[in-house]
Amino acid sequence: MQEQPRLINLEHINKEYDSVEVLRDINLYVRKNEFLTLLGPSGCGKTTTLRIIGGFERPTSGKVIFDNQDITDMPPYKRRVNTVFQKYALFPHLNVFENIAFGLRVAKRPKDEVAKRVNDMLELVNLQEYGKRSVDSLSGGQQQRVAIARALINEPEVLLLDEPLGALDLKLRKEMQLELKRMQQHLGITFIFVTHDQEEALTMSDTIIVMKDGRIQQIGTPKHIYDEPKSAFVANFVGESNIIQGRMIRDELVNFCGVNFTCVDFGFAKNASVDVLIRPEDIVIVGEDVGQLTGTVRSVLFKGVHYEMIIEAGGFMWKVHSTTMQPEDSLVGLSVVPFNIHIMHPMEETAP
Amino acid sequence: MKALKRGYLGLILLFLYLPIAVLIIQSFNAGVSRAKWEGFSFRWYQELFKSPDIMQALYVTVTIALLAAAASTIIGTAAAVGINAMSRRPQSTMMMLTNIPMTMPDIVTGISLMLLFIFSRVERGYFTMLLAHITFDTPYVALSVLPKLRQMNKYSYEAALDLGATPGYAMLRVILPAIRPGVITGALLAFTLSLDDFTISYFTTSPLVQNLSTLIYSEARKGIKPTVNALSALMFVALLVLLVTVNHRTSRTTN
Amino acid sequence: MNNLAIPVWGYWLMGLCLAGFVWMLVYSLKKYRGMHRSLYAWPYGLWMVVFTVIPLLLIGYYAFTDKLGNFTLENFANFWDSNRSMKRELMVQGFDPAALGMDARGTVNVSTLVYSLWMALICTLVSLVLGYPTALIMADRSFKMGATIVVLFVIPMWMNFLLRTVAWMSLLEDSGLINSLLKLLGFSKVQLMYNSQAVLLGMIYNFLPFMVFPIYNALNKQDQRWSEAAMDLGANKWTTFWKVTFPISMPGIISGITMVFMPSVTTFFIPRVLGGGNTEMFGDLIERTFLTADDWNVGSALSLIMMVLILFSLGLLRRVDPEGEGGSMI
Repeated sequence: MQEQPRLINLEHINKEYDSVEVLRDINLYVRKNEFLTLLGPSGCGKTTTLRIIGGFERPTSGKVIFDNQDITDMPPYKRRVNTVFQKYALFPHLNVFENIAFGLRVAKRPKDEVAKRVNDMLELVNLQEYGKRSVDSLSGGQQQRVAIARALINEPEVLLLDEPLGALDLKLRKEMQLELKRMQQHLGITFIFVTHDQEEALTMSDTIIVMKDGRIQQIGTPKHIYDEPKSAFVANFVGESNIIQGRMIRDELVNFCGVNFTCVDFGFAKNASVDVLIRPEDIVIVGEDVGQLTGTVRSVLFKGVHYEMIIEAGGFMWKVHSTTMQPEDSLVGLSVVPFNIHIMHPMEETAP
Repeated sequence: MKALKRGYLGLILLFLYLPIAVLIIQSFNAGVSRAKWEGFSFRWYQELFKSPDIMQALYVTVTIALLAAAASTIIGTAAAVGINAMSRRPQSTMMMLTNIPMTMPDIVTGISLMLLFIFSRVERGYFTMLLAHITFDTPYVALSVLPKLRQMNKYSYEAALDLGATPGYAMLRVILPAIRPGVITGALLAFTLSLDDFTISYFTTSPLVQNLSTLIYSEARKGIKPTVNALSALMFVALLVLLVTVNHRTSRTTN
Repeated sequence: MNNLAIPVWGYWLMGLCLAGFVWMLVYSLKKYRGMHRSLYAWPYGLWMVVFTVIPLLLIGYYAFTDKLGNFTLENFANFWDSNRSMKRELMVQGFDPAALGMDARGTVNVSTLVYSLWMALICTLVSLVLGYPTALIMADRSFKMGATIVVLFVIPMWMNFLLRTVAWMSLLEDSGLINSLLKLLGFSKVQLMYNSQAVLLGMIYNFLPFMVFPIYNALNKQDQRWSEAAMDLGANKWTTFWKVTFPISMPGIISGITMVFMPSVTTFFIPRVLGGGNTEMFGDLIERTFLTADDWNVGSALSLIMMVLILFSLGLLRRVDPEGEGGSMI
């Protein structure tokens, strides 16, 4: 994707709540027209970051720059961003039409303009006949679409979405993920999305920022984060993983489970302690004599898409995904291609 | 802007507390005159305890409040349990029966009860006042307990029966503990309402049996004796202590 | 002397009610084959019927009968024209009220009612105007002392309301604090007691917290996100308040109005103590009719009229807030 100009800059943002540090030295930028996701477990600070961008929280220190303008102290009603709140926050005393029209009414737009734009919005989110309905008569998915319409009608440059799909059932959630992505590309506005669901993040984003304990762990494209996680935390959080401690003998050679493996990473100190990551789907089951490791199958679970097997080999419980099943208690060999062995600095070192 | 808000609140609070403060200060005024301060004295407090009227009224007020609270808590809690287990039609009838006394003004409740007692040739006095208090307290207890019943898992009772408990045992060991906060709130509410009641007591008692409120009423028409000031000061302090402990208790349990 | 004898049909009625009750009890026992939880409510039901329904029926009975027990609408006519019984007496004795210049309609009852409604209205309005900002400030989350202030508000409410009203006497009297202060400053004394203003002040003083609390509850319960959403959509603080916070707090306002208006109309203690000869309110009137004039029929009629009015205004209020979501005091 071509390099778009930077629309939002967060510089050295810190946020303290009752002497608890919720955000520590956050530095990030958001490009125009990108779908950016803040991903992390509960309490990592992703929602706080979003709210700072929206203007509902003031950072304890640091600056928020929007289009080269310092908006740190600007109240939300002056910012060119709009928010879709987690539980939608639809106004209970207004019907669907009036909810969507709210921003336009505040801006005192003429009546016919309001009617036209609201109806266009209702069409966009597929709720054409629902204008007169009250908000509590709508299902979760419908309410969410109203919330999106209410935000988008104001033609913001950036749309902030705070875990908007959390309350939906699985099928609806997957539909909405594609729907939102499509909307973003079609409208050409920047979306900043907050979620704890890594699959969601991988599906929708152009860029993912992984957060933990108020700090940024890694920034990158979905593929980059999945293939090259910088730490065990990121590796564990995004996708399934086997992480084992090992020793870097020298560049491109790592030792774990008492065996030397060729790998493709370099730049570590000789004999350094490292974390080794191998994805379950990258482990190949071979005959017991030909594998790099030999082990016993301890459990087998049918997951539909594949079998998930726990195989004890070299003193470690490996999680292996395969479409062919190996019965419990059978002896197997495990092999992995050097390219699929990822070396990472051990956990403590990656904490900035 | 903030100062403005605080100032406004301060004014309102001043408005609320000014008469109370004046009353308390006056209670220490050695002299009878309300305008002249004649020195600090505990005289009125001493006279307060020596006055048979006031002591009797105090006795009446507290005992009725306690008895009414106890009775209404039992009846009201049972009522709530029963109502909650009813099907829709009888349930709405019961709710209507509960809401009627609450929407009726005090004076109508008092008068209607007075008519009842006279009609049935029951002499008004302590007992009738007690009956009246129980009558207006019970709906409040029922309404305090009902939400807790609704919050409770509706299958707990049946689970208990399934495990071999008799209905009585299940009621005692399963339902009551779950609704305890509501029961306590209801009991406290009933107690407070009864302590404070004037209008209903006025109509359902005889001139010989007064509670504090009716006593103050008859005194007020004659002109306030300073002993009443002392009484109000004491009541205020007692209430303050009660409220602070209740507040302390609730904030501790919610934490 | 009013008729205390219970008419025969009265006994029948009571017997019928009791029988009905027993039947329902038996029915319930049969349906559920023994003890069912719903039976716990029967003692309560019985109590309420005896001590709430029957007394109300009694009021109805007395309102529509005369001293001898005969059906009549005279009591209501008396309300409309308080001179009616006097005029009838004159006519019975052969005089013509018109000739004596005494045929004017006695409007004292009606004007008392109107006066009460008017006072209640003013009291409610003032409480609303004073109380809403108070509740607003208390419910503001950035106001750290909010919870303490709430407690400070609750304390006077729990104090005996007679005492609180009576406390104003020592402030408002001619020899009271305010006048003494004025005298000290060289002003002449002001008549602060025994007039409408004093009664109104007493009413507002007593009922203000009952306006504040439902509004406070409604505001406190409000999801912060709504005002955030409004600001997000471009509304500044003032617009957010008017278009979002205020409308959503409406059930609380309705609840507050209900809790203030009704007691205001029916209070009799406050006007008695703080008011003078010409400030009699409807509650006073009813009490006086029953206990001083010993006229239960007219008194019951007046009570009935008052209840109808209350129900009517409650019904009106219900229209504005059909779900009755107003904050509860409990």
